Amino acid sequence: MRISLAVAAVLALAVAPILAPWLEFVLTLAIAKGFAALGVAILLRAGLISIGHAMFFAASAYGVAFLARAGINDFAALVALSVLAAGLAGAVVGAFLVRYRAIFFAMLNLAVSMVFYALFAKLYGVTGGTDGMAVPVPSVFGIVLSEPAFKNTLFYGSLTLMVLVGLGVHRYLDSPLGHALSAVHTNEVRLEYLGIPVWAVLLIAYVVSAALAGLGGAITGFAIGRVVPDFAFWTASGQLVLVAVLGGIGGVPGAFIGALFLELLHSAAVTVTDAWNLIVGAALIIVIMFLPKGLYGLLARRAAVAK
Amino acid sequence: MKQTILQARDLHVSFAGVKAADGVSLDIHQGEFLAVIGPNGSGKTTLLNLCTGYVRPKSGSVHLEGRDITRLTPRAIARLGVARAFQIPQLFSDQRVIDNMMLALAAKDGLWTMVRPLETAARREEARALLDLVGLADDKSRISSTLPEGHRKLLDIAIALALKPRLVLLDEPTSGVSSLERFPLMEALMGALRQRQMTALFVEHDMDVVARYANRVLVWNAGKIMAEGHPDVVFKDERVLQSVVGVA
Amino acid sequence: MSNTVIPLLLDSLASAALIFFAAVGLTLVFSVLRVLNVAHGSLYSIGAYVAASICLFIVSRQLSPYLSFVALLFSAVFVAALFGPLIERTLIRWTYGKSEAVQILITFGLFLILEDVQRMVFGVQSLYEDAPMRLLGTSLIGGVVYLNYQIVLIGMAILVIIGLRLLIRHTRLGRLITAVVADREMAQSIGIDTNRIFILAFSLGVFLAALGGALAVPTSGVAPGLGADTMVLAFAVAAIGGLGQIEGAAIASLIVGFVRVLAIYYVPALDAVAPYAAMLIVLLIRPYGLFGSVTARRI
Repeated sequence: MRISLAVAAVLALAVAPILAPWLEFVLTLAIAKGFAALGVAILLRAGLISIGHAMFFAASAYGVAFLARAGINDFAALVALSVLAAGLAGAVVGAFLVRYRAIFFAMLNLAVSMVFYALFAKLYGVTGGTDGMAVPVPSVFGIVLSEPAFKNTLFYGSLTLMVLVGLGVHRYLDSPLGHALSAVHTNEVRLEYLGIPVWAVLLIAYVVSAALAGLGGAITGFAIGRVVPDFAFWTASGQLVLVAVLGGIGGVPGAFIGALFLELLHSAAVTVTDAWNLIVGAALIIVIMFLPKGLYGLLARRAAVAK
Repeated sequence: MKQTILQARDLHVSFAGVKAADGVSLDIHQGEFLAVIGPNGSGKTTLLNLCTGYVRPKSGSVHLEGRDITRLTPRAIARLGVARAFQIPQLFSDQRVIDNMMLALAAKDGLWTMVRPLETAARREEARALLDLVGLADDKSRISSTLPEGHRKLLDIAIALALKPRLVLLDEPTSGVSSLERFPLMEALMGALRQRQMTALFVEHDMDVVARYANRVLVWNAGKIMAEGHPDVVFKDERVLQSVVGVA
Repeated sequence: MSNTVIPLLLDSLASAALIFFAAVGLTLVFSVLRVLNVAHGSLYSIGAYVAASICLFIVSRQLSPYLSFVALLFSAVFVAALFGPLIERTLIRWTYGKSEAVQILITFGLFLILEDVQRMVFGVQSLYEDAPMRLLGTSLIGGVVYLNYQIVLIGMAILVIIGLRLLIRHTRLGRLITAVVADREMAQSIGIDTNRIFILAFSLGVFLAALGGALAVPTSGVAPGLGADTMVLAFAVAAIGGLGQIEGAAIASLIVGFVRVLAIYYVPALDAVAPYAAMLIVLLIRPYGLFGSVTARRI
């Protein structure tokens, strides 16, 4: 994507809450969902659909809640540790799942995520069951903030992370490992005959994707102030896939564009109608059938035509 | 004394009751272009598959420069310096020719990084040099699925060469290639192999190609090596003519 | 010990019967169309809502409660007729030959649409009408009281298994379906109207889904969210049995029913985990399910 356009977009996002304060919450959630969708999109490059990534999203959010309960109160530490936890969970789960492809990969991810969900929902004593757990307002680098001040910090922190992590992921996708990842989809056999251990390439991608989903979960937990088992339900995973697909083939920016589009559309739609699922479902079908390159492809085409 | 690159001893393999390899032993020496010919279904491709680890023999052994590779996976064997080109070209078909080459080069060294880009100046140069070697330099920016069959074969071979292998295994390099393109392809291929001092084993059906480019021929029949030697000698052998004449 | 075995087994069978009805349509549709219908659960719950609404209407108008049995069957037929051909022709047909990713996403979109359609038509209320169940009464088996309705369900599940088998093996339609399943292109080239087969097979799958939902109403009622819950359960069962294998789904239902009831008896907190843990274990040992095979697509 043109760099100037990207910079302008980030600036617009930074300024938006100043003009319309109610946007801050929506945008924070959008960025969080964008991270998680980016994780899903990374695996999509290898032709693997995970309908279970909400489990890492939820695990990280619960991680924040547990760590906070255990006395850790620093924002940076909470985020870092819970993302690490999500990555570790990804390593364990991924070690088994990267042996599979196509529908079986999708289904096994689904199964594992539903185990997570069931555990979160049923272990009332530990996780609060369907009531979930509270995510308290942490201190930021030693400073105790009021809730509104923290929410501001959370938003701008997320925005910064979006840029930094986004650049990092972009580099990864451009690297030999990133290209090998795409090649798994195109010709896995050839990769093996080139001496490349495909399972390792996929496992690395899986861990990265789990960590990204975890980052999204941690941010969401802080933004809402609560984590509930529904964070891990399979429909939540489906939404992440939806966002990844809406964003299209545009790599890093695509996931965030998709998430922003969806959250903004949601905010607009709920004021008018109750049929949010219907709109999303119809939008998904329309995008798949008529915009196979996703919204990113649509924007890229417009830009090219405009030249 | 020429160094032995590959040593196969007493290989036995059957599929569905048919003996694809019946106590086969052979040596491949450094710098050789060894052709394997024989009737269809006689198991020639099985020999290739045994050397690349795709098939495990029921008994017998394969050694690569003294190292036992009989039970290794294709991936491990590829890392040890055995590269394979396929009968149906195995490419990254949605990528450009040069991207295919750079990924293959990275596979050899430099794969394990998440921070440095795939496309470096050095790698691009090396890719271009290899493409030059096989005569595909002009096509470097084309999407590989759009190339004509002969060029796709060359790319498949170039990808194998990018591994800087000690031994290249080619599965019918000229099949699917029009007779016009056949000799230019072989000239380019042989030139590349000679220049890089590589050893090659190729399964082939086209006897003209074999006669012209191989310096040793193995005649494979019903899982056994029926005859072996220089093409001039082998093509005068009565038994060979009888079994090979059966093939088009 | 033996006085828990019989109740355990009978509860497992009853649970298995309902689970089988939830899953069989999904696996049948996959078998013939090679499409995994993520909206399957929604059709189940719509069937349940229609059945519950009609039953409640029958009871409220004090019509013969025996009509409620008819209502259950009718709901399934109605939902199948309304949605089967429509969905197949507009959405499913578009996905043939396309990647699995596309199929999953299109049917996921359909799921979202149907969830809202259901909510708009039936609201967010839970519905429950147990007339069919009450009418059949109870029996005493092994010293425990059982609902005859549950026994009827088990019988119906067996009927469906036998019926499907008979259909596939002993009718002309069954032979056509077998041909299409074996080799779609070949079937087309010898003049089989594959479009008609696909519509029929898909509609049959919708019928079975809606029937499952309807049959579950007298024992468990229907509430929002039933669709999503059922979907993932049906998925798990179909996967355990092997996608597309009907007998596999039957065996998988027995396994999941048994494991679930075991959990309910001894470790109630884990009853929701049971189907997915079972799915994980089975798939890690046999990646294509108990009766699945390589043709169920790997790479």
